[in-house]
Amino acid sequence: METPLFTYTLRLADNALVLGHRLSEWCGHGPMLEEDLALANMALDLIGQARNLYSHAGAIEGQGRSEDDLAYLRDCPDWRNILLVERPRGDFAFTILRQFLYAAFMHPYFERLSASKDETLAAIAAKSVKEMAYHLRHAGEWVIRLGDGTEESAARLKEALEDLWPFTGEMFEVDGVERALIDAGIAVDPAAIRPVWDATIDHVFGEALLARPRDGWMQTGGRRGEHSEHLGHLLADLQFMQRTYPGATW
Amino acid sequence: MMGEVASFPAKVVDAELATAHAAAAAVCDPEVPVLTIADLGVLRDVTRTENGIEVTITPTYSGCPAMDMIAMQVDLALEKAGIARRKVTLSLSPAWTTDWMSEAGKEKLRAYGIAPPVGKAKGRAALFGVDEVACPHCGSAETERVSEFGSTACKAHWRCLTCREPFDYFKCI
Repeated sequence: METPLFTYTLRLADNALVLGHRLSEWCGHGPMLEEDLALANMALDLIGQARNLYSHAGAIEGQGRSEDDLAYLRDCPDWRNILLVERPRGDFAFTILRQFLYAAFMHPYFERLSASKDETLAAIAAKSVKEMAYHLRHAGEWVIRLGDGTEESAARLKEALEDLWPFTGEMFEVDGVERALIDAGIAVDPAAIRPVWDATIDHVFGEALLARPRDGWMQTGGRRGEHSEHLGHLLADLQFMQRTYPGATW
Repeated sequence: MMGEVASFPAKVVDAELATAHAAAAAVCDPEVPVLTIADLGVLRDVTRTENGIEVTITPTYSGCPAMDMIAMQVDLALEKAGIARRKVTLSLSPAWTTDWMSEAGKEKLRAYGIAPPVGKAKGRAALFGVDEVACPHCGSAETERVSEFGSTACKAHWRCLTCREPFDYFKCI
């Protein structure tokens, strides 16, 4: 039986690990050396955040599950990440735009979560907010450079935006699990993040000469464990060692 | 074991704590070996508990891969110093900041060829904020950022326009 706090912490952790894994897929494939390092650095931050959150989730659950158990031994329906982060990495424009959309949300989110009544969540957030500030700045600069760049880069960015936009709505969803935690001062109300996110998006898109799409149909389901097939492929890669050699350590 | 501790004269107990502190403080960062974990502000506390000596360390970045190594080295340093009952604890709060880096540490960084963090960490890094970083090799202020991210999570990649040398900048967070 999952408690709301466990589910909530797991959602934050799964978002961080899945996006961190997607970024790590670029390692050795970046468009230039500096960017290869940047993507790997951001992946490392996210995986570090995930580790802290999984350890906390394991402690909340109290069944003795470690961070590794949670990362390596759960199958798709048990994952609670939003669909945005599991989309395949696409081209560089897709990857950097997704990073921007996510960081523009998570930076103000962690800022508020650092005042959570759950002391461990607050501590993890206070640490992570500094990292997200860097991700936001870096990804934002690239969005502008690509959007206001060549015909090719602008076209690719526009295409990425059309693909990604329907996945942004899920960041702002609140269900029963979270409502009670928000009221208790433990979780953050994403409605409070909306104006900050809007302002960041509008500012950067303005500089990038990128038209903001209308909010139409938004994809949903990841936070309830309903995933696209892409997560299964990602987990096959991420979990291969533990599935093939159960309990292997080194 | 409480009785054993209580039976020690106070100054002997204090001496063990001082030895433990000195041993832990001398452990170097595996990625930036000129700095000790005390210089970096990664060493937060050395205290006596009913189970012996407890050393508290904090990571610079959430995903810093050096933390496991540092914890192992601290444990080893204490063992070498003869501290039998010891524990290394990781603490996340308060979040590490470059403001904790000692002035001596900053000077050691510069001498090693890494530009130390400039100024004080502010509440929130402004979007598109620009730092001015002096070249650690020639001291010139004519430098430019190559990338926000460098060889480790805590560093950015810069270059000097005067002496033309590339260098790492220890990010201010």
